[in-house]
Amino acid sequence: MTALPTRKLEAYRYADIDALASVWRDLAAPEVVKIAAQQKVQQIWLPSAETVQVRRAEITLAEGASASIFALNSAADYGRIELDVTLAADANFELFAANIGDGAANLEVVTNVRHIGERGRSRQTVRSVLGGKAVGSYLGKVAVARGAQQTDGEQSVKAMLLDRGASANCKPELEIYADDVKCAHGATVGELDRDKLFYAAARGLDPAAARALLLEGFVGGLWDQAEGGETIAELARNALRAIA
Amino acid sequence: MLKITNLHATVAGKPILNGVTLSVPAGEVHAIMGPNGSGKSTLAYVLAGRPGYDVTEGSVTFAPASHTREGGGPAAPVADKGQRDFRFRGNDDGGVNLLALAPHERAAAGLFLGFQYPVEIPGVSMLQFLRESLNAQRRSHGEAELSGGEFIRLAKAQAAELGMDAEMLKRPVNVGFSGGEKKRAEMVQMGIMNPKLAILDETDSGLDIDALKAVGAGINRIMRAPDKAVLLITHYQRLLDYVRPDRVHVLNAGKIVRSGGAELALELEREGYQEVAV
Repeated sequence: MTALPTRKLEAYRYADIDALASVWRDLAAPEVVKIAAQQKVQQIWLPSAETVQVRRAEITLAEGASASIFALNSAADYGRIELDVTLAADANFELFAANIGDGAANLEVVTNVRHIGERGRSRQTVRSVLGGKAVGSYLGKVAVARGAQQTDGEQSVKAMLLDRGASANCKPELEIYADDVKCAHGATVGELDRDKLFYAAARGLDPAAARALLLEGFVGGLWDQAEGGETIAELARNALRAIA
Repeated sequence: MLKITNLHATVAGKPILNGVTLSVPAGEVHAIMGPNGSGKSTLAYVLAGRPGYDVTEGSVTFAPASHTREGGGPAAPVADKGQRDFRFRGNDDGGVNLLALAPHERAAAGLFLGFQYPVEIPGVSMLQFLRESLNAQRRSHGEAELSGGEFIRLAKAQAAELGMDAEMLKRPVNVGFSGGEKKRAEMVQMGIMNPKLAILDETDSGLDIDALKAVGAGINRIMRAPDKAVLLITHYQRLLDYVRPDRVHVLNAGKIVRSGGAELALELEREGYQEVAV
């Protein structure tokens, strides 16, 4: 068992260390997922009933392998999703994650995506909806090794803040040692649009229903490509309705 | 149906409406015309309850007609008020203080605002948006919600009436719609909501001739009824060729400066606001 991390570590700078301490001793080692060449794997990470949820995986993609992770991070106190991904040539990695919480929840998605072969492709799409004093974070590093030419990486991070006390941290990070790569990242933080809210109200939706619908639209699309994604979509919808 | 008395309103502290008085009985279409900046859109937003539009004086009573004409069916659009059979009007008695209601409550009470600039909502399909809206209104009336199938049939029928491809209903609300498609979509929404009072804010702007005809026909089909009324806000006379108003009012500097029959719109078109309205 390694020592409890501190906030001095970059990957834990926004973590709730006290919450982490409560589960650290019994925390399972990161799940190791090795995906053979040309194989395709999909995982859907649903939230549990625990107030502190930490889920970690180390994913290794062999040549031409493909992994899609769909994750809903909505623990009441602290939720941490941590992915360490290594892509060989022609591998494809996709992450679709949502941080949804209010109160004093601290929800974070921390990724380290390493492209070590040529023509790898990674897509990370993270949406946070935060009410109360909740904190939602995305710390995402994309590292492109020397020789991993024609890597295509993309990080899209958007957060919606429902209350003044809520906050979002978006930190996409690129470390590129090859010269022919495409790495895009975008991050936005905003609040619900008043014009949209009034439009919905003018059609008869009460304020909470209007907010919930707009939030669904904001998060919506994350689960579209998930096979058997009905449950995660339903849980996300419920989580949004609860905080809207 | 709608009684506006001495309505004053400000936007960001600036007075825009300066004593509007206007009465729209059930069964009638009233046009509000006026130059840019006269307060037409502000009047529409104030009636619909848009936040940021503050009423400083006056009152608005909304009395949806509680029963329809004895014979049923829509009234013929009669221009001359003298010919109108008043016995068959909807009931204009009673009514609620519209200004005391939240925007969604006004919608549930039977008011529909057709937006000058319909808003885009990415990620939410037109079908989902309208179904949730309609069901929210139905719940507030104590009516059963429409099932998915029932709603899709209703929405498709209304889209077909307006000449809109039903596939567009699956797209996110107004996203990627052209200006004309957005206005048609507003009329499809009006058909689905089936309101008592429609306030249509420049629904004719951005429409080509065919779309204008379709929208005009839509307004007549959906709203020309003895228990319904329309407040049609427009710059131009051309929509009034298709939707013949019972009364025309000219708004200038936040006040109604002249009212008349349908011929007033023609006079305005010919002579301009400067001549007629000042």
